[in-house]
Amino acid sequence: MVNYQERLDRTFAALVDPTRRAILAQLERKDGVSISELAEPFAIKLPAVMKHLDVLDDAGLVTRSKSGRTVTVRLRAQPMREAMEWLRRYQHFWSGSLDRLAAYAESKQNEARRRGR
Amino acid sequence: MSSLTLVRRIKARPQVVFDAVTTAEGIAHWWGPDAGPVLVSESDPRVGGRYRVRFRMLDSTEHESSGAFLEIKRPERVVLSWRWKGGLEDAGESRIEITLRAVPEGTELTLTHSRLQDEETRSGHEKGWSGALDKLETHFAGDASA
Repeated sequence: MVNYQERLDRTFAALVDPTRRAILAQLERKDGVSISELAEPFAIKLPAVMKHLDVLDDAGLVTRSKSGRTVTVRLRAQPMREAMEWLRRYQHFWSGSLDRLAAYAESKQNEARRRGR
Repeated sequence: MSSLTLVRRIKARPQVVFDAVTTAEGIAHWWGPDAGPVLVSESDPRVGGRYRVRFRMLDSTEHESSGAFLEIKRPERVVLSWRWKGGLEDAGESRIEITLRAVPEGTELTLTHSRLQDEETRSGHEKGWSGALDKLETHFAGDASA
């Protein structure tokens, strides 16, 4: 079993690429899309799309199922949710911290100004 | 790319903000996500120097993080490593980069918190994905059962 940290790394690595993000965005609009349908909006060849899907698949972000000659791609929400939880946690931490940092630095600045007068 | 970027404008000079960010006395006044107190604040702000901060949140849980100063250039830039003690929240090591830029009203602070592993992928193309994530987030927020 892949642990949480590794999964998170893979998810974030997969999300670096704008084409892969666009693929995910496409998949969230529609559940279950064939590969050729998926490749349509992109100015890249099918094999390149397949490569991106391999990366997304490795990261557990999509699943592929084959029926006859058609491969259907679906989004898997769990890794994405974990990645967003990671971000949200630090977002919460830092926005609270930076509010207080700003207030503190501003009070120090005012102090210095008063002393300088 | 796994980074979080926040930008703040602060009505204080970069030197004042920098000292608030890096000194033990400064850290004691602001570190932590809510109004809970900082219990321990240690900092040795020079390259290779370490910091350690322990804080209590309003829900009375205590958390401690520590790391090293990887880069430091007063008053414009500081890079820290970060690791939670116990690693329950997040076992990995991450990286915090804070840059300060003088602006007419004081300082513009830019903070980037990223996972350490993706340093090699940092150059260039990660910018702007948080917008894309926000859109996906809307989707997942209403989709807890998937």
